[in-house]
Amino acid sequence: MDSTILAILLQDGVVNGAIYALLALSLVLVFAVTRVIYVAQGEFVAYGALTYAALDGGHLPGSVALLGVLGLAGCAAGLWQARGRLDRPAVLRLLGETIVLPAVIAVAAIILAPMKPGVLVEVLLTLAIVTPMSPLLYRIAFQPLADAPVLVLLIAAVALHLTLTGLGLVFFGPEGFRAPAFSDITITAGPLMIPGQALWIGGLTFALMTALFAFFERSLTGKALRATAVNRLGARLVGIPTERAGLIAFALAGFIGALSGVLIVPLTTVYYDSGFMIGLRGFTAAIIGGLGSYPGAVLAALLVGVAESFSSFWASAFKEVIVFTAIIPVLLWRSLRHGPAEEEE
Amino acid sequence: MKALRPFWPLPALLVALLLPWLPGLPAFWVTLANYTGISSIVAIGLVVLTGISGMTSFGQATILGLGAYTTAVLSKYCDISPWLGLPAGLIVTAAGASLLGAVTVRLSGHYLALGTIAWSVGLYYTFANLDLLGRNDGISGIPPLTILDLKLLDGRASFSVIWIGVILAALATNNLLDSRAGRAIRALKGGAVAAASFGVDTPRTRLLAFVYAAVLAGFAGWLYAHMQRSVNPTPFGFYQSIQYLLMTVIGGAAHVPGALLGAVLVTTVNDRLQDILPRLFGAHGNYESIVFGMLLIAVLQWAPNGIWPLIARIRPRARIIRADALRLPARAMPAPGTTLLDVARLRRSFGGLVAVNDVDFKLAAGEIVGLIGPNGAGKSTTFNLITGIDTPTAGQVSFNGQDITGWPARRIAAAGIARTFQHVKLVPTMSVIENTAIGAHLRGHASALAGLLRLDRTEDARLYAEAARQLARVGLADMADRPATSLALGQQRIVEIARALCLDPVMLLLDEPAAGLRHNEKVELAALLRRLQGEGVTILLVEHDMEFVMGLVERLVVMDFGTKLAEGSAEQVRNDPRVIEAYLGSVE
Repeated sequence: MDSTILAILLQDGVVNGAIYALLALSLVLVFAVTRVIYVAQGEFVAYGALTYAALDGGHLPGSVALLGVLGLAGCAAGLWQARGRLDRPAVLRLLGETIVLPAVIAVAAIILAPMKPGVLVEVLLTLAIVTPMSPLLYRIAFQPLADAPVLVLLIAAVALHLTLTGLGLVFFGPEGFRAPAFSDITITAGPLMIPGQALWIGGLTFALMTALFAFFERSLTGKALRATAVNRLGARLVGIPTERAGLIAFALAGFIGALSGVLIVPLTTVYYDSGFMIGLRGFTAAIIGGLGSYPGAVLAALLVGVAESFSSFWASAFKEVIVFTAIIPVLLWRSLRHGPAEEEE
Repeated sequence: MKALRPFWPLPALLVALLLPWLPGLPAFWVTLANYTGISSIVAIGLVVLTGISGMTSFGQATILGLGAYTTAVLSKYCDISPWLGLPAGLIVTAAGASLLGAVTVRLSGHYLALGTIAWSVGLYYTFANLDLLGRNDGISGIPPLTILDLKLLDGRASFSVIWIGVILAALATNNLLDSRAGRAIRALKGGAVAAASFGVDTPRTRLLAFVYAAVLAGFAGWLYAHMQRSVNPTPFGFYQSIQYLLMTVIGGAAHVPGALLGAVLVTTVNDRLQDILPRLFGAHGNYESIVFGMLLIAVLQWAPNGIWPLIARIRPRARIIRADALRLPARAMPAPGTTLLDVARLRRSFGGLVAVNDVDFKLAAGEIVGLIGPNGAGKSTTFNLITGIDTPTAGQVSFNGQDITGWPARRIAAAGIARTFQHVKLVPTMSVIENTAIGAHLRGHASALAGLLRLDRTEDARLYAEAARQLARVGLADMADRPATSLALGQQRIVEIARALCLDPVMLLLDEPAAGLRHNEKVELAALLRRLQGEGVTILLVEHDMEFVMGLVERLVVMDFGTKLAEGSAEQVRNDPRVIEAYLGSVE
C-alpha cells in the first residue's frame, strides 16, 4: 500500500466517520434523556436520503404521505394517553403538532416538489418532512413506556425499527437512489482530491456539533434536557416537563438522522433498508464511547469510519464482520476497566 | 393440577409420537407444527434469558444458525453421523455464547443486548461470505437423521423428533429453574445486590442464563438443519431473531408455557399474514414486519407480561418439605468475647461528599450492637462497605481475624456475614420459601447440570428443609408458599431475616428490621434476636425505633454526617450532649 491509497482510505474513513459521529451523538443524547437506545434512528437516515433524492428528481416523496399517517396516529395516541385530563389548550397544542404542522409541511411539499427549487430548499424541505416523524413516534411508541426498564425500551426500539423498515418499503419502493453532490468543486491537496461533498459533510458536522454544544451549554431548554438526563424524577420535581424533553430529544435525533441521510446520499446508493446498517455503525461508536460521553462517541465514530474504509480495502466481503465484531474487544476492555456493574433497574 | 404436574411429559410424548399419523391431517399443518416446535425451543431459552434473568438477545436466530451450520458441515462434508452433529453444535454454540457473554455480563444488561445485535450481524455476513458454508446459497443435501437404518425423511417423523425435543427442553428448563442454580438465575431479577449478598456469583449466573439460552437455540438449529436438510443465511438474520423475541414477549416472557403459546401464535399468525397481506395490499411489500413491529410495541404497552399470565392463574407451587431431610452442617461459632468485627478508619467518599468519614468500631462475638443516627448519617453505607456491596475509599474491615476489605460480596457472605436490606429485596415472582432458600445458596453445591438432570434432589430437599426451619423460627411457617411480595412490608423484612439465617451466619447485619412491625411483632423480633445471640450469633443492627433498640442492645454506635459521634451503653449515649444535639438540634 502506498501513501496515496493510505491517504484516500483515511479521507474516506473520516468522511463516513463524521456521519457516524452525528448519529452516535444523537443516540447518546436520546439515551441520556429518555433511556431509549434508538435503534430506529437509522431509518431516518434512509428516509432523509430517499426524500431528498425524490425531491431532487422533482417527485413528491413517499415520506409526505407517511408523515400524514404518523400525524394521525400520533394524534390518536396523544388523545388516548391524555384521556380524562384533556383541556382546550392541550387539545389545541396536540392538534397543532400532530395534524396542522404535518399538513402545512405536506402542502408545502406538494407545491414545491415539482418546481425543483434547488439544493437549499430541497434540503430544508427534506428536514421539515422527516424530522417531525421522530417526536411523533416517541409519542406513539415510547411515551406510554416512559417508566419501563431500559431493556423493554430497547425491545420497543427494535420493534419500531422493524415497522419503519417495512413502512420504508411501502412508501419509497424497493429501488435505490442516489443524488448529485451539493457542489462539484474538488480541492486538490497534494495527492488528495477532496470532493466538495466531503467538505460539506465535514463542515456541517462541525457546525452541528458546535450548535449542539451551544444548545446544551447556553440555552435553558438544553440545560433542562441535561437535567432530565441526569435525574428524571428530580427534573420533574423542579418543574421540567420530562415528556417534552423526550419529544425534543427525539426531534433532534430525527433531524440529525435526516441530515445525515441528505449528506450521505450523494456518496452511496441508499435503499429503504440501508439506514439500519448505517445507524448500526453510529451505534457501535456510541457503545464504544460508553453511551454516555459525547466526545468519546465522536472519536469512536471516526475510528469506526476509518476501520470500515480500511477493511473494505483489504477484505471487502468481511467489512461488516470486522466493523461489528470490533465491538467485542471494546466491551471486554470496558468490562475489565469498570469492574462489576451492579445496577438495579 | 398439582398432582398432574409430574406426569405431563408422558401424555405429551404420546401426542408427539401419534398426532402426526392422524388420518386426514394435512401435510402442511405438520410442517407448520414442525417450525412451531423449533421456534418453541428457541423461545424457551429466551424465557430463561429475558423473562427470568432480565437480559435479552437479538441474536438467537444467528445462534440457531451456528448450530445448524455446524451439523451441516460435519454431516455433509465430514461424513459424521447427524447424531454427533448435536453435541458438536451444542459445543460450538456454547463456546460462542460464552465468549460474547463473558465480555458483557459484567456490564449492565443492555450491553449484552447490543453486543448480540453486533455479533449477529457479523456472523450473518460470515455465513454469507465463507466458501466453506456455500456463501449465500448455503449448504443443501444435508443427510437426514436416521434411527437404526430408518431415514427420517417424512415430515411426520420430524414432527415426533422435534416435539420430543420441545418436551425435553421444557423439562430441562423447569428442572433448572427449580434447582439451586435456577434460584440464583431467578434471584437476578430481584436485584443482583441481594443475590450477591448471599453468595451468588452474579456475572457467572448471568453467563449461565445466556449460555443456556444459546444452547437451546443451538439444539433448535440442529433439528432445523436435519429437518430442512438445507441451510442458507436468510433464516438466521436479525429479523428472525426479533421474531423469536416477539414470541417470548407475546406469550409471557417469564413462563415456559408462554414460550410455547407465543411460538404457536406468532408462527400461525405469520403464516396467515403472508397469505392475507399480499392479497390486501399487493405482493409489493414486507407487510408482516410492519404488523409484527406494531404488535410487539402494543404488547409491551398493554400486556408487558404477555398473554400467558392473562389466561392462566399463576401462583408459586406449593413445596412439600421432606421432614426426613438431613440437617445441613452448621458452622462453628467463634468463642464469645473475642473480637469478631474490627472496622478501622473506614471511609467512603462520593466525589466531594464523604458519606462515611474515618469510622472506627469493634464488635465482640456474641454481642448485639445498635448502629444509630439521623437520616443520612451513613449507616446504610457502612453496612454496604462491610458486606462488600460497596468498596471503601480508605480504611480496613477485619472479620474473624481476616482482612476482608475490598472482598466481593459473595466472598464476604461465604465468610459468614449475612444481612437484610433497608429497602426489602425479595424476588416478587418467587414464594416466601423459595426466597428464603436463596439464603442457603452457599450451603449447597449442586451444579446447573445436576439441577437440569434432577441429580440434585437430595441436596435440594435439605436446602428447602433448612429454609422451612428458618421460616418456622421467625414465625412465618404458614406463609411459606405465598408469593413473597403479597406479605405485609413488615413481614417481608422478617422473611429477609429468615433468608439471612439460612446462610448459617456468624454475624447478622440487620437494616431497620423493626420498621413496619406492630408492637407485639416487635416484641417477638426482639425475643428472636436474643435467642440468636444465645446461640452465638453476633448482631449489628441499624434501627430508628429507639424503644426497640434501647431495650435490646448492649452497646450503641452513633453516627452523624458520616462520622462516629459516640459509642457506649444506652445510658451513656442517651446522656451524651453531642448525641442530643444531633437528634434534637442545638439547645442554645
